[in-house]
Amino acid sequence: MLTIDNLHVSIEGKAILNGINLNVRAGEVHAIMGPNGSGKSTLSAAIAGNESYDVVKGDILFKGENIIELAPEERAHKGIFLSFQYPIEIPGITVTNFIKTSINSNLKARGESNMPANKMLKKIREKAALLEIDSKFLSRSLNEGFSGGEKKRNEIFQMAMLEPSLSILDETDSGLDIDALKIVANGVNKLKNKSNAIIVITHYQRLLDYIIPDYVHVLHEGKIVKSGGKELAHELEEKGYDWIK
Amino acid sequence: MAYTEEELKKELETQEYEYGFVTEIDADTFSKGLSEDVVRAISKRKEEPSWMTEWRLEAYRSWKKMKEPEWSNVKYIKPDFQEISYYSAPKSKDKYESLDEVDPELLKTFEKLGISVNEQKKLAGVAVDIVVDSVSVATTFRETLSKKGIIFCSISEAIREYPDLVKKYIGSVIPRKDNFYSALNSAVFSDGSFCYIPKGVRCPMELSTYFRINQAGTGQFERTLVIADEGSYVSYLEGCTAPSRDENQLHAAVVELIALDNAEIKYSTVQNWYPGNKNGKGGVYNFVTKRGICHTNSKISWTQVETGSAVTWKYPSCILKGDNSLGEFYSIAVTNNYQQADTGTKMIHIGKNTKSTIISKGISAGKSQNSYRGLVQVNPRAENARNFSQCDSLLMGNKCGAHTFPYIEVKNNTAMVEHEASTSKIGEDQIFYCNQRGIDTEKAIALIVNGFSKEVLNNLPMEFAVEAQKLLEISLEGSVG
Repeated sequence: MLTIDNLHVSIEGKAILNGINLNVRAGEVHAIMGPNGSGKSTLSAAIAGNESYDVVKGDILFKGENIIELAPEERAHKGIFLSFQYPIEIPGITVTNFIKTSINSNLKARGESNMPANKMLKKIREKAALLEIDSKFLSRSLNEGFSGGEKKRNEIFQMAMLEPSLSILDETDSGLDIDALKIVANGVNKLKNKSNAIIVITHYQRLLDYIIPDYVHVLHEGKIVKSGGKELAHELEEKGYDWIK
Repeated sequence: MAYTEEELKKELETQEYEYGFVTEIDADTFSKGLSEDVVRAISKRKEEPSWMTEWRLEAYRSWKKMKEPEWSNVKYIKPDFQEISYYSAPKSKDKYESLDEVDPELLKTFEKLGISVNEQKKLAGVAVDIVVDSVSVATTFRETLSKKGIIFCSISEAIREYPDLVKKYIGSVIPRKDNFYSALNSAVFSDGSFCYIPKGVRCPMELSTYFRINQAGTGQFERTLVIADEGSYVSYLEGCTAPSRDENQLHAAVVELIALDNAEIKYSTVQNWYPGNKNGKGGVYNFVTKRGICHTNSKISWTQVETGSAVTWKYPSCILKGDNSLGEFYSIAVTNNYQQADTGTKMIHIGKNTKSTIISKGISAGKSQNSYRGLVQVNPRAENARNFSQCDSLLMGNKCGAHTFPYIEVKNNTAMVEHEASTSKIGEDQIFYCNQRGIDTEKAIALIVNGFSKEVLNNLPMEFAVEAQKLLEISLEGSVG
């Protein structure tokens, strides 16, 4: 589904990623771990197409197509979803209105007509229940005054609504207490199936107790320095990142 | 491709005025210039009684002694008042019974605007008094209204048919000498709307007027008078669009509202006059005086969405004369390119237990300047007066400006006055977030702006709110891709 080939990315001339190679197939869960400043969030931003990040070299292939020149919304239309580490606020726009606009924009880009209101409402109720989201939450302004946990839950709610082929969860566990973490992880696990893939970006192993990865990659100074199975995460937790360096 | 601030600027600059076209209608236009003779000629053309002619002449004489004010935060070339034609009316002067009789060119204009009379007629509950080039040419739903004793007609007709009402109230809230432009308007106003709601009557529909400047080089001097008698209610909508033009067009309207005891007036405006091109050439000068007076237990609510005009200078105000009266002002002002707006309100608390609310949302883009100027005045006798003001500014790019000039004068120590202000900027991170959810930049800006303006949009009647949202998008988005 996703093939990253020798990806070099820099911000304002400073090299952050120095030749990333990654291959993610449908049905797989990959975890990317690494210390602060290793380039984890840069990788997620580069896949999503944030233009503040300069792709200096390398390719990103999604479903066989090179997406390096595509705008972020075009990548989204193809089924790439990024759960943000720091979701932004849009005052005055409700969670419901935002997801409605998002879904209909994606449908439009694929040449389909808007989702009928009753179908939309049914889907919203269904996915809200999955993540134990209260209906009052849905009529609040997007992320405005949300707690850290509410913001992350809202990200996964959007993921559930959009049903992307590839989801990148950037530090989804940060700011979550253990109960919220379980709800979010449980939601993600229910959304997982044979035809989609998930990349979990995290500093700690904690989240990986709940979302079990097929592969774990360790990022250090902009390079994947070690890859392995889920046991690698435990090893890291035990020995610390110094072990890798 | 994804969005950068540079690209946004480009998009905003390349947008063109959507309704920039001129309708060819035979018009009956006065030659340029202003003198006592011109004032008399206007009055004569409108078949006005002599008291009205005298009233106008007195205004003209005051105006001649006045100087154009300079205190606002706007820069423009002062109009040459001898270069303006003060009267223009569509040639067909007969009143129409049905749309079939209306000049087809005119109907086409409305169709282009998407506000054809046909459409308007279908909009249940909306009576339309369309003012094109200063003369009312079509009025609908008048019968329904007249059954309730409601008068809704052109001000010219009101001067002829209801002279007592006009004589009593015209100039009673905004005296002729109030300011330079109110004096000018009083001397030369061409037409406008008049509305009277009798005692205890709740107007069953939104009263609506569409204004349109349509004749090259003609200033437009509208005069509106709305009187809500004791215990009555009316919601009045005013909407405007205008064709592109190279020369600056002057618009100096006067709107007076009178809410007698226990009455309520809701006055909503969507203004979309030609703002000039992206280099700041052309565009309408909109120098308006709007003011309402509230008697005991009455309420006046102003809601405005200002997206057009090269220069806007306007402060819809409330004189809270009666005890327990309420004044409200909800405003969205959008400026782009070289547009300048200096707008706000005045809340004058005179009666006891009077309350006022001010919600102002300014959105600036391009190289525009957007100012909020508001006065909250609590007079010595206004026991327990309350005011709440909130002024929010949203900036797009870094070449525009947002300014807030709040004036607060309190002369009674039981008063409670609150003022809140905020300034924010549409961030690239907000745009990227929306993009990542499949929402393109154009739609993302529309979402953010609509969210920002929500408190004001919510105060507009439904059909107007939809149009206002469309206008906000047109004014700010440009055409991407």
